[in-house]
Formats: sequence, C-alpha cells, structure tokens
Amino acid sequence: MSPRQVATPQAGAACADLGQHLAAAASDPAALDRAARDHVETCLRCQADLVQHRRVLRALRSLRTEVLEPAPGLVTEVLAHIEEAGERHVIRSLLTGRRAAYIGGLAAATAAASAAGAIVLVTRTKNRRLPLAG
Amino acid sequence: MVTGAGTSPGPPGRAPRTDPEAMAALVARAQAGDDQAFEDLVTATHVETYTLARRLTGNDDDARDVVQEAYLRAYRSLDRFRGEARFSTWMYRITANCASTQVGRRRRHRHDELLEDLVVVDTRPELDPEAQADAADLRHRVNGALDELPPKLRAVVILRDVYDLPHEAIAAELGISESAAKVRLHRARKKLKERLFPGREPDDIEGAP
Repeated sequence: MSPRQVATPQAGAACADLGQHLAAAASDPAALDRAARDHVETCLRCQADLVQHRRVLRALRSLRTEVLEPAPGLVTEVLAHIEEAGERHVIRSLLTGRRAAYIGGLAAATAAASAAGAIVLVTRTKNRRLPLAG
Repeated sequence: MVTGAGTSPGPPGRAPRTDPEAMAALVARAQAGDDQAFEDLVTATHVETYTLARRLTGNDDDARDVVQEAYLRAYRSLDRFRGEARFSTWMYRITANCASTQVGRRRRHRHDELLEDLVVVDTRPELDPEAQADAADLRHRVNGALDELPPKLRAVVILRDVYDLPHEAIAAELGISESAAKVRLHRARKKLKERLFPGREPDDIEGAP
C-alpha cells in the first residue's frame, strides 16, 4: 500500500503538523512525543518522510569527509593579511601614543601655566596687602 | 561557479589533515609566540576552514575573505584557546562567526551554481557500486540544495549536520538563541527534504484538504 492510499484528510492534517517534528526526529527519536510516535507507526506517509529525512541527514554527514581544495595561494594571502593587520595595529598604536603624548603635553603646559598664574596672583595679592597690614 | 577549487575526499571517520597531538603541540608553540608554528597551523587547517567558509558563503571570493579574517581573529585570540576542543573545531566556530558577518554584509543571494562542476567521490568502500552511485548522486544534489537555502538556514544546517557543532556553539557564533538555532535547523532540514524528494506535500495526497 502506498502512502497516498493510506492518507485521509485527518491523517493529512496530522502529517502536516508533524513536518518539523519529523525533521527533528531524524537525528533525535525523542523529538516525537507519544501521540506523534503512535501516528507515525500507523502512517506510511510519515514513515516515508522520516526515511527521507534520515537519508538527507546521512548525505549531509557524509559531506564532512569531503574537502574543497582552494585555489593556490590562500595560505600566503592569510599570512599577508595577518602581517598587514599587525602593521596597521603598530601604526595605530604609534599614532595613539603620539596623540596621547601630545594631549599629555598640552595638559601639562596648561597645568603649569595655571600654576604660574596662580602663584603670580597670590604674590600680587600679598604684596598689595602688606602696606595695609603695617 | 567554482574558480580554481576542487573537491577531494578526506579520510573517513576523522578530520582530514590533522593529527590531534601534533596540532596540540603546534598550538602550544604558537601560543608561546612562535609565528612559524602558527603558519604551520594555517597550512594544516586552511583547507578545512576554506571548505566550511565556501559552504557557508556559497562562493570562492567571500570564502577566501572569511578564511583570512578567521585566521586573523584566531591569531589575535590564540591565548584564549584553552584546548578543550580541537583547534579545527575552534576554527569552525570562528569561521562560522566571520561567515555570518560576511553574509550579512553582502545580503544578496548568489546563484552561482555552486559545486555543480565538482566531482564527488564516495569514501565508503563497503558500499556496492549501485549504492555508491546513489549516495554520490544524493550528495551532489544535497550540495546544490544547500546552496539554494537562505543563508541563515544554510549556516545552521551545515554547522550542525555536517560539522556536528552543538546547538549552543552555533547559537553563540551566529548571535541567536539556542531555540532559534533549533527552529532554523528543522526548517532547513524540511526544506532540503522537500527539495530533494519533491511531491509529498499534503496537496498531493488524495483526500487531503
């Protein structure tokens, strides 16, 4: 008997509901609950679907043993990319270092100028106060 | 279209071109700052990394970019590799992440008839010639069907069913939840099956609504 012959409208609806569960059950039988298992046991269509899912899964797993050979030069490209990125990183670090030194210098100069200004201000204030104090 | 690339079978039952102990020794030397060791790691694993990148991106140019970026990231984060997984598995995760970024960047699906001109050789000698031919034919069609999948579904089914990465790792590298990864996997398997074995939809069934 073919799956077409055993299918009924009710069975068809159940089969449609089971679609993704069968996909999961291809690798994990526990993916089907009791009701779904009972259905699959009596439904040739779902059994056929499950067999097909397992065939696809076997074919997918067998792809693991194949390799696609890249055109020559890939290792050289990889190493050049790493070296280039390393050089970019060094340049960036240098620029960052110089920028930090520049900003640090500016900050130091500003701080020194402020300190000098403050000293001058304090000195002048003291000088102005001295005659009054006497 | 395949440019300058070919297919060859690796040894069955283990990852091609890798000896775990030799790889671990190379990783240790590379982590200690030996650049030659890292170069040897690249040489030993680049074909596998490229194979995954090619399958995920669907074309040679993107795959080469992904491979370059993946090894750069590996080089920069080598000290974080603890050796709990194999180096090649660690590279798969990085490659998956890079490919996800690359595919997201491109956002256009190519129909370059990937792998159409590749010769697929079955590596299981225990099969009789007819079964071998069937398996080879199915694998050939699976390759084509994978290329037709939306990139998001393709990535998950390749990483899970071909490379056997756990759902958790796939979810982490693709930036999705574990449940979303599972849903995508089942959708992808269903689409593949429908493409490879058409004609079994509910509408085809007598008496179906």
